[in-house]
Amino acid sequence: MYRRGFLKGLLWFLSTCVFSRNGVKNVIAGTNPDAPVSTNANGKSTIEGYDPTKHRYAMGIDVDKCIGCNRCVEACTVENDVPPEPFFTRTWVERYVIKKDKSVHVENIANGSDGPKEMVEEADILRSFFVPKLCNQCENPPCVQVCPVGATFSTEDGVVLIDSERCIGCGYCIQACPYGARYLHPKTRTADKCTFCYHRIVKGMLPACVEVCPTGARLFGDLKNRASRLVRFERMNKIHVLKPHLNTHPKVYYADLDGEVR
Amino acid sequence: MFERIPEQIRRLAIVFVIVIGGTLVLRYLILPPSLIETRLHQESTIEREVAKQVKFAGAVVCGGCHEDIATVKGKGFHKSLSCESCHGPAAMHTEDPMTVKPFAPRQRKFCPLCHAYDASRPTGFPQINLTIHNPLKPCITCHNPHHPEPPTVPKECSACHAQIARTKAVSHHALVSCTTCHKTPRQHRVSPRRVKPTKPDTREFCGKCHREGSKRKDAPKIDLSTHGERYLCWECHYPHMPGAA
Repeated sequence: MYRRGFLKGLLWFLSTCVFSRNGVKNVIAGTNPDAPVSTNANGKSTIEGYDPTKHRYAMGIDVDKCIGCNRCVEACTVENDVPPEPFFTRTWVERYVIKKDKSVHVENIANGSDGPKEMVEEADILRSFFVPKLCNQCENPPCVQVCPVGATFSTEDGVVLIDSERCIGCGYCIQACPYGARYLHPKTRTADKCTFCYHRIVKGMLPACVEVCPTGARLFGDLKNRASRLVRFERMNKIHVLKPHLNTHPKVYYADLDGEVR
Repeated sequence: MFERIPEQIRRLAIVFVIVIGGTLVLRYLILPPSLIETRLHQESTIEREVAKQVKFAGAVVCGGCHEDIATVKGKGFHKSLSCESCHGPAAMHTEDPMTVKPFAPRQRKFCPLCHAYDASRPTGFPQINLTIHNPLKPCITCHNPHHPEPPTVPKECSACHAQIARTKAVSHHALVSCTTCHKTPRQHRVSPRRVKPTKPDTREFCGKCHREGSKRKDAPKIDLSTHGERYLCWECHYPHMPGAA
């Protein structure tokens, strides 16, 4: 009678599943049924009064204005619950020192929260400056191409997001990103990166790093809006992107970028 | 007719029907659509992303209540600085202003995050040497952070170009002011690297004082047509220390 019992049980299980689909959905998606349901089955627009097709977000960075104060990194950590350990960052600031013998020293000043440290004798410096870095929100993102489960994707308004419930934490995207913008979140064990503070920009606010930047070295705007500060910034400056030869079409624009910056 | 199909084929067919049927039931009835359809799972991601808590309220909101401070700040050097750059995330404070108070930095260690001297910082950004600039005194005893103005205004060009000023001060050009040779746009003080002062670019410019027959009595005179021929003056003479050439 083993087989009959099994088949009976199977029938019962399947029919129960169909009737209580909500519960099973949560089991399969791995979420707690008491938690707010995150899936949207009716397919309506997710944010009221917001049309993502009318926007195309991008960031501008005025390298000459960056003073390396790290306010942006700290604001990002608070706003996005980035782990406090210094090597997990969604955005970071690099100090470039080009010495008189033409050797280039790059240091991530976000490492160690005591502020910038001197490491090169000042008399040896030919030129030196800070370069803020973050996810470039590429038009042609390598991270999206390599994701084996389709957990990372570009939204209609041009931001690359990660579905943390789909991500299996394999780390392919972290390897694929030419800008080193991704990291594996130590708690969720999924990939994480800058989202341009998506929860803020859809409400018309600035990303946290842009909000707190004291010198206006970071600008944020909408490429589809001719009145946005970013469009003016693009018009008035010589614009560079990082690693243009990789054909990723980044949407973080650098003004007056030094040739040594990689 | 059904009886003519061999027993083992019939049994196999039943297994096939169960497997195929089971797959179809699983695909269309049990699995939630958000797990199957790309558009839906992307939408659920966007929804989750949008639902995140905003922690920085934005400077516009602050000005709504703290109008007095916003007006004072709007006139000073810190006018483009967002309130939350110093006071930290304040969205909770906007929801419950009485109980949640934002952070107010009063110690000496905070201002140097931006204003301590650092060789990589852009020239012209106000920076101090922490060890000699009024040691141990909190910055706010002399400077109002909402309207920072140095108690003594630094001397024009030498505030940033101190090295050149020191050299020039002991040279023959000590009494020549910087603006005699360099036209300095006002914007240069705001964005020193973007808007640059002019530099003389012709021999005739130096010649205004140094050619034979010029009205400057105290300047050494040369014959512009024979002296140095096709070289520009500053290729041999450093203008900030002309004697050293």
